[in-house]
Amino acid sequence: MILITYFSFVIGIGAALKRGMKSSNDFFMSGRNIPAWIAGLAFLSANLGAQEVMGMAASGAKYGMMTSHFYWVGAVPAMVFVGVFMMPFYYGSKARSVPEYLKLRYDEKTRTFNAFSFATMTVFSSGISMYAMAKLLNLLLGWNFDVSLWASAAIVLAYIFLGGLTSAIYNEVMQFFLIVLGFAPLVFLGLRDVGGWSGLVSRLDLVATQSHNLAGQPYAAGAWVSAWNHMGTPGGNPMGVESFGMVMGLGFVLSFGYWCTDFLVVQRAMVAENEQAARKVPLIAAVPKMLFPFLVILPGMIAIALTFKAGQTGFSLPVKGNAYDYDMTIPLMLKHYFPTGILGLGLTALMASFMSGMAGNVTAFNTVWTYDIYQSHIAKNKSDAHYLWMGRMATVFGTVLSILTAYMAVHFNNIMDMLQLVFAFVNAPLFATFLLGMFWKRTTGHGAFFGLLSGTFAAAMHHGFTVPIGAESLFKGGWIGPVLHTYPSEMAQNFWTAIWSWTTCFAVTILISLLTKRIKSDEDLRGLVYSLTERHSEGHLPWYKRPVYLGALILIAVTLLNIAFL
Amino acid sequence: MKLDLRLPIGLLFSIFGAILVVYGFMSPAENYRQSLGINVNLYWGVVLCAFGGVMLTFALRARSKAP
Repeated sequence: MILITYFSFVIGIGAALKRGMKSSNDFFMSGRNIPAWIAGLAFLSANLGAQEVMGMAASGAKYGMMTSHFYWVGAVPAMVFVGVFMMPFYYGSKARSVPEYLKLRYDEKTRTFNAFSFATMTVFSSGISMYAMAKLLNLLLGWNFDVSLWASAAIVLAYIFLGGLTSAIYNEVMQFFLIVLGFAPLVFLGLRDVGGWSGLVSRLDLVATQSHNLAGQPYAAGAWVSAWNHMGTPGGNPMGVESFGMVMGLGFVLSFGYWCTDFLVVQRAMVAENEQAARKVPLIAAVPKMLFPFLVILPGMIAIALTFKAGQTGFSLPVKGNAYDYDMTIPLMLKHYFPTGILGLGLTALMASFMSGMAGNVTAFNTVWTYDIYQSHIAKNKSDAHYLWMGRMATVFGTVLSILTAYMAVHFNNIMDMLQLVFAFVNAPLFATFLLGMFWKRTTGHGAFFGLLSGTFAAAMHHGFTVPIGAESLFKGGWIGPVLHTYPSEMAQNFWTAIWSWTTCFAVTILISLLTKRIKSDEDLRGLVYSLTERHSEGHLPWYKRPVYLGALILIAVTLLNIAFL
Repeated sequence: MKLDLRLPIGLLFSIFGAILVVYGFMSPAENYRQSLGINVNLYWGVVLCAFGGVMLTFALRARSKAP
């Protein structure tokens, strides 16, 4: 009943917004008139797909409090950076997408490279997310796999087709509230059950001392409840990562790369009503992001604590192979604590998170496809109505492709692993290109393009010559030849792949830029490069409306959180 | 043309809240053994209603200000 009410609302919003969709600008850019708070929550929610919610709970069980690094180190600082420093260029340049910014700043080939890799990636991630949802519904409620797949795709398609990006954004905000209000009681009941925070801590000490690392030694008692204390050596913490790899790999390369250059999230800030609002979007999103660990990681920590006392609690994670099946954490916790009624709300929240992830990918795909591939290579100078039509077609086309991907995931799981790996290689160096482009006017198009290529190549090489401990398949690394280095965990390997790739891209871009002639004049680069863009004075604004102060406040808050859970 | 997003959010959560409250009153107590004996449907339904109500109030106030 709750589910049906929700779905009728979702479609209803799309239908109500249809009347406003008159031009391609309305459809792809929401006419650039979204208020900051709505865009901010959508910014967060687009990233808050189900893989995120379920994955972070799973990590909470697997790694404990260290999972908070994905928020407090791996997201918030980058969000502040994109709001304070990067939004003026994105918004001010009037680019309609991230690849288009690359075109304005560099050249056509850099843009096309980015547009193609990004478009393919969105289709694959929405396909994989649909696959995961259909599988979960099948497992949990016994629903038919095909029916859930097609039905959910149809709903997402319907509301985007009707209302374009605005509809996706409105729904994302609704999904945000649903996720928060649907999972909050779970945290409350779980914490109450284990005897509050102190009860959880003492139970997790048990988990830590009874588990052991790959070298066979047990962890120190606090390993599951502290974020930093056990990061001196990789072997001391369940994640198998040391602090430098964490801060540089995750905190700098991966997180800045994602939050600053991934069009999926940046699109939500680009459509804000003015530059001021656009800069506030990521800052507004950073505040709930900071608090999300309590909503998604705690259930995971509670789940593992309960599992280690299974005899008394009646809850335990299922075993898969020789480890726990962590991915089932959230669905099983919902079933364990929620009676009929509120269980419907919890499941709706879960489905909402699947759909918001999917919708985010589809809207980013149709924009990049239409503007950066179709308009610039296939059909130039057509009427606006034509591009609006193309956008709608791209939405259908993208959804169908995602469905195909979902079926591909059923049959060829290995191919999916490989593709995700390839995208990781392509994405890792991107932030170096943007950083140099925005702050160094000498960077040239050739420099950027070959820098990106060599960064991707470096990532592949690094991955090809190293393995994490206990790797069984070539997808985990070491597929080129002799293994030169063995990492204590897959996570550590990922972080270091990113660091290598970024550094290579950074160095090669500088080198080739110096060797090639600069084509774009200062005039061309106005509004695209930091030193050539006049900054709007914000002196007249009260301090609490100025992005710099807000950003600083958020950083202080996040530092305090890190200290509190040291 | 512009739809005030607070309106659908308010409506949706008020309806969710109402469903949960009604369900919470009707269902027998043994349903709540798994939720530690707390009638979560009833209490959380009230919370959702309150949230929906606040959203609706804001939306309606904005609407009456700018006709």
